[in-house]
Amino acid sequence: MRSNVPAFKLRRLPDLAATLDCMALEPAVWRPFAGGTDLMVLLEAGKLDHRNYLSLWHLPELRGIEESADHIRIGALTTYSQILAHKALQREFPLLCRAAAETGGVATQNRGTLGGNIANASPAADSPPALLVYDAELELVSASGVRWTPYRTFHSAYKIMDLRPTELIRSIRLPRTKLNWRQHYRKVGTRRAQAISKVCFAAAANLSDHKVRDIRIALGSVAPVVLRCTKTEDLVRGQSISPELIRSARGALAGEIAPIDDFRSTARYRARVAQNLLEAFLQGLDGRT
Amino acid sequence: MTGFVGKSIPRKEGREKVTGRAKYVDDLTFPGMIRGTTVRSSIARGRITAIRFEPEIPWSEFTIVTARDIPGKNCIALILDDQPCLCDGRINHPEEPVLLLAHPDPYLLEQARRAVRVEAEPLPTVFTIEDSLARKQVIWGEDNIFKSFLVQRGDVDAAWKVSDFVVEGEYLTGAQEQLYIEPNGMIAVANPNDGVTVWGSMQCPFYVHKALAALFNLPKEKVRVVQTETGGGFGGKEEYPSMLAAHAALLAWKSGKPVKMIYDRAEDMAATTKRHPSRTRHRTAVTRDGKLLALDIDFTLDGGAYETLSPVVLSRGTIHAAGPYFCPNVRVRARAVATNAPPHGAFRGFGAPQSIFALERHMDRVARAVGLSPAEFRRRNFIQQDQTSAVGQVIRERVDMARLMDRALELSGFEAKSCRFAAENPGNHLKRGMGLAAFMHGAGFTGSGEEYLASVAGVEATSDGVIRVLSASTEIGQGTNTIFAQIAADALGIPYDLVEIAQPDTSQVPNSGPTVASRTCMVVGKLVESAALGLKQTLLGSGLLREPYTGLEFANACKQYVAARGALKSTVQFQPPPGIHWNDQTYQGDAYAAYAWAVYVAEVTVDTVTFETRVDDFVAVQEVGKVVNPVLATGQIEGGIAQAIGYALFENVVWREGRMVNSQMTNYIMPTSADLPRIRIFFEEHPYPYGPMGAKGIGELPIDGPAPAIVNAIEQATGVSITKIPVTPEVLMETLEAVHV
Amino acid sequence: MSDATGKISIACTVNGKRVTLRAFPMERLLDVLRSNLHLTGTKEGCGEGECGACSILMNGELVNSCLVPALHADGASITTIEGLSLGDALHVVQRAFLECGGAQCGICTPGMVLAAVNLLERAPSPTEAQIREGLSGILCRCTGYMRIFESVLQACRASGIHK
Repeated sequence: MRSNVPAFKLRRLPDLAATLDCMALEPAVWRPFAGGTDLMVLLEAGKLDHRNYLSLWHLPELRGIEESADHIRIGALTTYSQILAHKALQREFPLLCRAAAETGGVATQNRGTLGGNIANASPAADSPPALLVYDAELELVSASGVRWTPYRTFHSAYKIMDLRPTELIRSIRLPRTKLNWRQHYRKVGTRRAQAISKVCFAAAANLSDHKVRDIRIALGSVAPVVLRCTKTEDLVRGQSISPELIRSARGALAGEIAPIDDFRSTARYRARVAQNLLEAFLQGLDGRT
Repeated sequence: MTGFVGKSIPRKEGREKVTGRAKYVDDLTFPGMIRGTTVRSSIARGRITAIRFEPEIPWSEFTIVTARDIPGKNCIALILDDQPCLCDGRINHPEEPVLLLAHPDPYLLEQARRAVRVEAEPLPTVFTIEDSLARKQVIWGEDNIFKSFLVQRGDVDAAWKVSDFVVEGEYLTGAQEQLYIEPNGMIAVANPNDGVTVWGSMQCPFYVHKALAALFNLPKEKVRVVQTETGGGFGGKEEYPSMLAAHAALLAWKSGKPVKMIYDRAEDMAATTKRHPSRTRHRTAVTRDGKLLALDIDFTLDGGAYETLSPVVLSRGTIHAAGPYFCPNVRVRARAVATNAPPHGAFRGFGAPQSIFALERHMDRVARAVGLSPAEFRRRNFIQQDQTSAVGQVIRERVDMARLMDRALELSGFEAKSCRFAAENPGNHLKRGMGLAAFMHGAGFTGSGEEYLASVAGVEATSDGVIRVLSASTEIGQGTNTIFAQIAADALGIPYDLVEIAQPDTSQVPNSGPTVASRTCMVVGKLVESAALGLKQTLLGSGLLREPYTGLEFANACKQYVAARGALKSTVQFQPPPGIHWNDQTYQGDAYAAYAWAVYVAEVTVDTVTFETRVDDFVAVQEVGKVVNPVLATGQIEGGIAQAIGYALFENVVWREGRMVNSQMTNYIMPTSADLPRIRIFFEEHPYPYGPMGAKGIGELPIDGPAPAIVNAIEQATGVSITKIPVTPEVLMETLEAVHV
Repeated sequence: MSDATGKISIACTVNGKRVTLRAFPMERLLDVLRSNLHLTGTKEGCGEGECGACSILMNGELVNSCLVPALHADGASITTIEGLSLGDALHVVQRAFLECGGAQCGICTPGMVLAAVNLLERAPSPTEAQIREGLSGILCRCTGYMRIFESVLQACRASGIHK
């Protein structure tokens, strides 16, 4: 244990309102603590710089998965295990369930939360590409009120996000618009389980008359933030799948991503595999595997 | 009730392990115990100019130990005493221990560790085998060379002219972290009056004993070393524990309190030993009908900053470099060289995985050059009984590599699958392939090593009529306790439950040598068997026992004997089997008393979208003398294969300026249950007369063969020859793309 | 409420017994179990939630106790390896590990056994693939996992017989 544990505060306030009030009273002094699967690792390594945390784990206002006609709304403290077990999510948002199943092992899935994952803002996180494909919206709440923001613009730079020090993510809302889309998720990690992703690919396409009417492509681990690859999407939208289109799409994708070398992988590998995954997805749409 | 050897008797200490009652060193607390930690160098080489203690820490509460506090010699005694216990002015590798701290509060202790600043003038460094050999800097001795060997047989240079093909290759293996799930840990109690006692996680209590006696300048009787339940070793706890024991004991000596030191994972990975990285160059002469004419091998190991065990690792790698083949002309030039990394050390296989990787990759290459299949080429060159190995050992034991290979080929479906994959691979993004490796592993210490160790083991009867096995051989998961109890029970003709294993405590047990080198069953188990037979003879001779007898009668006879005579104990010292001759100067002769022989087959799928390699099936056929405990033996083979799959595909140590930077389990990748295939194990038995019930050693064998088998399979699958491990997806991608450009 | 040292009161149930203790809120549950409660069966292998040697059951769910802050244990029902066997009677999974060689060095065993128990509660008749995935969060360096899968399958068979 490389941190001075006695110096850390972790408080549990009676309810969400009290928690938000505390955060409003002392902005940036108190940070949220969800399941701890990211923060406790930093604590052990002596790399947790902040000292004061408010626990969210017990707050029922942050849990629960609600279905309405147009949306499924997932409480921020919903765990990966809870996501995996939810029938409507399995049916309509399979990429999110795939991502949840690939996040660590069972023990991590029981404690890791969707909101915590988003707020941790790692470009290598497993769920965010799926959330981008599903046009997720975030419900941000503070003592002064509520606002909704598209997840697509939430991360602006590495670890910089549209979340004020007085705000919490209360829920994630997914519009129920992709049921009949062809969907694909593939995480390429350092191994088959319990792995940090080297490239994470999520995509969905709406086909009709052999044309791609609409498409979403999202990638993790290839830029300082998780990416919606809109230029590539624009190139493919409205087209039929062909070898030329696939070639162009590969090229467009290479232009949109900015992978790096790190001790887990190389920029060249990430770029190549991202392109390969895109190609495999597009070929799959054409009926050719 | 009888005949325990050969059966899957449940693990002796199994109940404790499955209930969580087994006590590992971090589970123990002593009254008044304080915690210790190590301040380490952050640079790879330099002269220490100052050590600063930041003022915010209450230093007067701390025990602080430097090299000046060492009562005896500032070294960790091993072979050559070149590795200091604590830096004395000079730094030679990152994470080198400079200073020790102890305090009751573990949180404050860690703050204090961060508050010590070691200032040093950097010196030029060497980090690669090439730079070390080129003497860019001389960082050790006169020439950076810890040890070299030259093995020669026949006339290699004459062979090039008369051969039909000459095939060259260079093969590289990376460092590998042992990654026992229980990190290193020690507890020490020490003072000038009573001496030093340590408890901890280790493989070799008497190695630790020797090191502490020298460090503290104490007579043997004043040093006591006790092995606690150990959560994995694999060689990583062969020599390193001496260092940690020394540190804990120095803090205990100075503070007057019991001191516990447990490494966290990051420290354990960055600061302790790893498998030696290697570079092997092969040049092979072969006839057009595939007979080996000459093997010219240059085998170099990166030993890190101090000599430690490098000469012995080099030795084993050298002797295994020519593999299970007969070749009339062989030259092996072997060197272990210094670099400014933490010293590399023992890891299961101990040089053989490195040289066998190179050989078995190269044999596929040679086969291809001659136009023979990998199997057929090997079949034409396997060593036969009564032929002489590269170091001049006449193979007297029964060996039939061709038979093992045929069995492995059949069980794996090698030929049929190879054909099918060749037909299905084109146009498929998933490429499949089969690969094989043939190898052996010598059991016991090399040459005269066992004679030099002169191991002693014994059995005694307690006043309760229970039999205790007395040896320094440690249980580290491989099954020592269980097989010793089986062997002793069978030798005595008593129930397994009447046999206990004494905790390895240097004040209580004889020195049966280290728990390494695949010697525990074959060498020490034989001593246990002999000692047990001796004890039985004593009882029978005393008139207190007559054959046939029941377990109860035996126990009663023991009780009576002990009551009348005070003790009943039988010890046996190692005697080399007859006819074993080894010349240390020429490096010729009977290198090992016995070998286990094996052929392994890997089936892989290479995904050309992600460049990941998956092992789909693995067949392991080995001849091991006698399987003492089928479940344990199978577990040993499976575990070794799993580690070798990691070695081949996943486990990559990322170095920066001599320091391992991916020193977390998140970033150093060992296989999970989802990454490994079904592993299918098959044993053959040609009893070895000098092993207990015919058993040979098997602990290291299984880690020698899988890596080349897998990389051979990748070549069959993709057509691309890879000569370096680990074959990470990044490496495979670069290689595949280079070929297709 | 924390006291002058910053410690708080934690009340939970551990292996069926009600327990009250004082700990720092960010103290790892692993350390609370091992140091405050002297339940040393739960092990530390990595401190980063990778190896699973610290696995316990908290409110019926498998968690890595090295990543759970003590505050979150308040009000929880916790089962450690010590709570699995009843006196000398082994749980069917423990017995299977003994018979099938599922434990070698034993350091991952407490976590592995609890993970297996939890898996069988959720999937009483798992396929080998489900076992592989269900146990993928516990790392074993000794066994290569084959004997562990055998142990879990044996435990299934044994449970079936005794129902």
